[in-house]
Amino acid sequence: MRDTIRFLKGGQVVELENVGPTETVLDYLRLRCRQTGTKEGCGEGDCGACTVALGRLVDGKLVYQPVNSCILLLGMIDGAELVTVEDLALDSKLHPVQAAMVEFHGSQCGFCTPGFVMSLFTLYHAHGQEKSRKAVTEWIAGNLCRCTGYRPIVDAALDACFDAADDAFSWRANETRELLQKLADSRDVFIGESDSFFSSPATLDGLAALYGQHPDATLVAGATDVGLWITKQLRDLPKMIWLGRIEGLERVESSPSGVLIGAMATYETTEEAMSDLSPDLGVLWKRIGSKQVRASGTVGGNIANGSPIGDTPPALIALGTTLELHSSEGSRALPLEKFFLDYGKQDRNSGEFVTGLFVPRPSSNQAFRCYKISKRFDQDISSVMGAFRFTIDDGTITDARIAYGGMAATPKRAEHAERALTGALMDDPSTWGAGMQALLSDYKPMTDMRASAEYRMETARALLAKALMEISGTAPDEIRVLAIREADNDRAA
Amino acid sequence: MTVPLDSSDMPGPMKHVRKALPHDSAEMHVMGTATYIDDMPEPVGTLHVVPGWAREAVRGRIVSVNLDDVRSAPGVVAVLTAKDVPGINDCSSSFGGDPVLAEDEILFYGQVVFAVVATSRDAARRAAIRAKIEVSPITPILTPEDAIDADTTVLPDYQFRRGSPETGMTAAEEVLEGSMRIGGQEHFYLEGQVAMAQPQESGGMMVYTSTQHPTEVQHTVAKVLGVPDAAVTAEVRRMGGGFGGKESQANQWAALASLAARFTGQACKVRLDRDDDMIMTGKRHDFRVDWKIGYDLDGRIRAVDMEFLARCGYSPDLSLGVNDRTLFHADSSYFYPDASIRSRRLRTDTCSNTAFRGFGGPQGMLAAERMIDAIAIKLEKDPLDIRKLNFYDGERNLTPYGMPVEEFEVMHDLISQLEESSDYWNRRDDVNDFNSANAVLKKGLALTPVKFGISFTLKHLNQAGALVHLYTDGSVHLNHGGTEMGQGLYQKVAQVVAEEFGVTLDKVRITATNTSKVPNTSPTAASSGTDLNAMAAKVAAAEIKGRLIEFLCEQHQCGTDAIRFSDNKVFVADESFPLSEIAKQAHWARIQLSHAGFYATPGITWDRESATGRPFYYFAYGGACAEVTIDTMTGEMTVDRVDILHDVGHSINPAIDLGQIEGGFAQGMGWLTTEELVWDEKGRLRTHAPSTYKIPTAADIPADFNVQLYKGSGNPQSTVYRSKAVGEPPVMLANAVFCAINDAIASLSPGQIPNLDAPATPEAIMKAVQDLRSRRPSS
Repeated sequence: MRDTIRFLKGGQVVELENVGPTETVLDYLRLRCRQTGTKEGCGEGDCGACTVALGRLVDGKLVYQPVNSCILLLGMIDGAELVTVEDLALDSKLHPVQAAMVEFHGSQCGFCTPGFVMSLFTLYHAHGQEKSRKAVTEWIAGNLCRCTGYRPIVDAALDACFDAADDAFSWRANETRELLQKLADSRDVFIGESDSFFSSPATLDGLAALYGQHPDATLVAGATDVGLWITKQLRDLPKMIWLGRIEGLERVESSPSGVLIGAMATYETTEEAMSDLSPDLGVLWKRIGSKQVRASGTVGGNIANGSPIGDTPPALIALGTTLELHSSEGSRALPLEKFFLDYGKQDRNSGEFVTGLFVPRPSSNQAFRCYKISKRFDQDISSVMGAFRFTIDDGTITDARIAYGGMAATPKRAEHAERALTGALMDDPSTWGAGMQALLSDYKPMTDMRASAEYRMETARALLAKALMEISGTAPDEIRVLAIREADNDRAA
Repeated sequence: MTVPLDSSDMPGPMKHVRKALPHDSAEMHVMGTATYIDDMPEPVGTLHVVPGWAREAVRGRIVSVNLDDVRSAPGVVAVLTAKDVPGINDCSSSFGGDPVLAEDEILFYGQVVFAVVATSRDAARRAAIRAKIEVSPITPILTPEDAIDADTTVLPDYQFRRGSPETGMTAAEEVLEGSMRIGGQEHFYLEGQVAMAQPQESGGMMVYTSTQHPTEVQHTVAKVLGVPDAAVTAEVRRMGGGFGGKESQANQWAALASLAARFTGQACKVRLDRDDDMIMTGKRHDFRVDWKIGYDLDGRIRAVDMEFLARCGYSPDLSLGVNDRTLFHADSSYFYPDASIRSRRLRTDTCSNTAFRGFGGPQGMLAAERMIDAIAIKLEKDPLDIRKLNFYDGERNLTPYGMPVEEFEVMHDLISQLEESSDYWNRRDDVNDFNSANAVLKKGLALTPVKFGISFTLKHLNQAGALVHLYTDGSVHLNHGGTEMGQGLYQKVAQVVAEEFGVTLDKVRITATNTSKVPNTSPTAASSGTDLNAMAAKVAAAEIKGRLIEFLCEQHQCGTDAIRFSDNKVFVADESFPLSEIAKQAHWARIQLSHAGFYATPGITWDRESATGRPFYYFAYGGACAEVTIDTMTGEMTVDRVDILHDVGHSINPAIDLGQIEGGFAQGMGWLTTEELVWDEKGRLRTHAPSTYKIPTAADIPADFNVQLYKGSGNPQSTVYRSKAVGEPPVMLANAVFCAINDAIASLSPGQIPNLDAPATPEAIMKAVQDLRSRRPSS
């Protein structure tokens, strides 16, 4: 048992005995260390002003990821290197990304700038990124700037971020790796008292035991949602258990039958496998949150806390995903759609936790499509999210799995439409109408800030039509704005 | 009126002016060492203030306020209510009606009722939500229609009228009418509202405040505390963004911090939570615009009738100036022979709408573009042709408020250059081809002009002061009334002062705007920051320089033309001396090396009462061409390409000006596309965080984005180095995006005018598409 957390900062090991269960990294930096370079813009991980970099060993390689420090718990940087904007310049000589930001006039009011600098720092250290405007805009989609219109920031990134890293961090990378290896121990961490603590067990059994003892504790994976319970809802969460140190939970295993996703696998680490399952999933994954959110946020966590704003569950449900749960009583598996009982209510027993999920790979006679509709392309939550898997034999739909987000209190299958489409002919659009019509009995969507009920219903039907048009090959030319967007990017490059 | 270019305005090669220098704080920005108010070291014992509000109430009488649980919460030092205000409980920038703390009424969702003062911000936040406030609800007035029915306004109606629009309408060969809704906009400055107040001896108060208007903060704090203005000093080194949202909206938080500081005797800081900030502070005005236009079959406008129905919110705030500016820009760049342009300033039980970059102008211009598009669609002509046909020219050059458009040739030239550089006509063909070949995706193209009046329309605000000291080591202390919110004002003014003194920029020390150095300042607003403050600083520097020249002429028995200031040196005939040495000598000779410069914009004669005179010193011009693609099944949209040409006169700093243009465009594009403010049926703002309110991200800026400064002959008016203001005008470049979306929708049904409202969210686009499809084909 360890009653401290340890991390690297500025080449030194920092060991903290005093770590509040809900203390954020941003508060630690600004209030405790009085290092005010890192800014708070929104306190909910949506603006990126608080971006810091975390260096961790991934398969022995030192990887820097941008994270939103405003919703990252201090205890979660245990075992990592924390890099903030103050650490970049060497004896007041600017880091290459800082110099480029100055040279290209990438700052105006300057408040978002430290966050951008840190995002660019992680891009600078990223391995094997193809140099393109698209790569940059995807990387910085989680950093909002209200002044510049981004062009100079993108230019700065293109100029500075795609050569081999040559900075203090690359020079001392070996040393950093060694230090990080030393920090990686297999002791359970427990800081605090039995009624108020931050804890990160090192094993699944340790977790089951601790959670069994404290079923009222909050399980936290990436904290991209739990963080907001703290900063926005001001909830009292005295008992915090972080799953990030449990070996094996971060696994992502691809096989011919599908992809196994451990509960601690992030959007980032699952992206490749999901993209491989279906190009549409790849696109969807890149539009979940932002780089910062995807680096921290986990697929399993989003499901486990039943966040009503998850964009992945409809796609996962349409693919026939099963969920694995575990407790000190044992394990069980259930179809993902059965887990979501009602708004904010899941089929999870006391002391039980999600260990992973299995996403079946579409077979050769199955076609999958998914579409996310939102006001903004990047880092927005869908007003309507539609996902479709059709099993097609001899031009006839023999099985349909259709799931939508934004259409009900939970991600929900369109059972009427699924039945109505079974038997429909791919080459005869007149046989699709019943399915489109059936959506009206499947959903009674709500009006909220993202869209009206009417728009949601119309769009749900349009997305079904779109999927059928694309899969059947009856679509006239290109029917996705996304494709035009990509073409614009290529043309400008 | 127009002063011809004279050679003194165009001296030889410049050392500092017209250089693309980085922002003065660029290095500090990227290192994280630029200090914002929340980054300042806190005095020992600093307390934190969080505003408390009735979280369910929208409009109603306060029945009871129970703050016992707030007071007993851990860390709480004090809880303040309206009763604790020693002076006047109002923080309005204009006509009153903005209580710092509510007295017996809730006027809108988010109104502050009390303030918690605690040992930490976290403690104060946790305490604030423990209040129990009982409100007896009154049905709120939320929409323009509600307000019209209730006949409730914050200010009297106002109008411009020329000729006889009724006759013009009758004489016109065709008449069209319509109505559009234009949404508001949240500023989303990255640094939220913040202020720190430190009590001084003898009732004084030092307030560090993130504001565009330190003088108003000073006056507000004095008024609220009941002390003379002279007892209060307000200071701001920089804001993390303003955009108009810190012109009047910073007052309340500075007042609360000061009130708490007075009450506790400790330094007190207010930093709003983002959600509170978005809920409590005012936004860009949203409008319903009812329009009617008479025109001839060649597309020429005969008469215009426009009514602008603005939702001003619960109080007047800056709504007078904002709505006036809407009227001033309801012509966009077009000549209206007969016109009636009216404005109603509707009172709604919502946050009090306020200044936002463009200050009402964008809404006026967008409505004008809608009318032009309507004519073009109806006549099946290209909108650009209709635009050009109606541009102001040598004969038809009087605006509806009687000011001539003197630089119409600049407008024509700029648009024709853009027409060429954007390859408009070939792309029009390409767009048509695309639309013939594609059933689901449709493209749209638009090229729209910008003409923006530069000057405060409240005449007295067009003045500025600066304070410049030359020290005996040759370094210069620069201070002026303008504030830095990212727009690069400080750097531009420093460039001007460095040029004047012939010193390198490192000799010019830029200092925080402070009401005790330059008093009675105007807000940094109306794009006027550089025009006013750089001129005042130039005057101050020139005065000191003049004294040195006089001194040197006497010392060296030479004429003034023998003396030249350059490279931190003073050249006297063939000799040169370090400026520091000359400064020392002058000081020994008892010559004052400090001067307060002053500048007032000449030639402004606007009289609002009679609606006559000249409101603007000059106009800034620009043009944008945008191409978009929409999905007619879902309403999704992408901006494919944007070309911009913008007139900044002779730029003082082309890099900074380019940044203003690109950033302004992006902000305007957000306003018209993704940024949607949604109030629910109860009147509660539902989009109060970046999770639900979507400003553009990097990928929303088109990959093909070509922005150029217009190469003209400089500002015909005698502005500082013949530059033009650039802060606000670029916002309206984004009208091209909106018009291009409209164009794409219109392609679905030639001859039919789409009813697209702003912002053009996917839902708004689909609504317009479906509306168009549901109409009978035109005969």
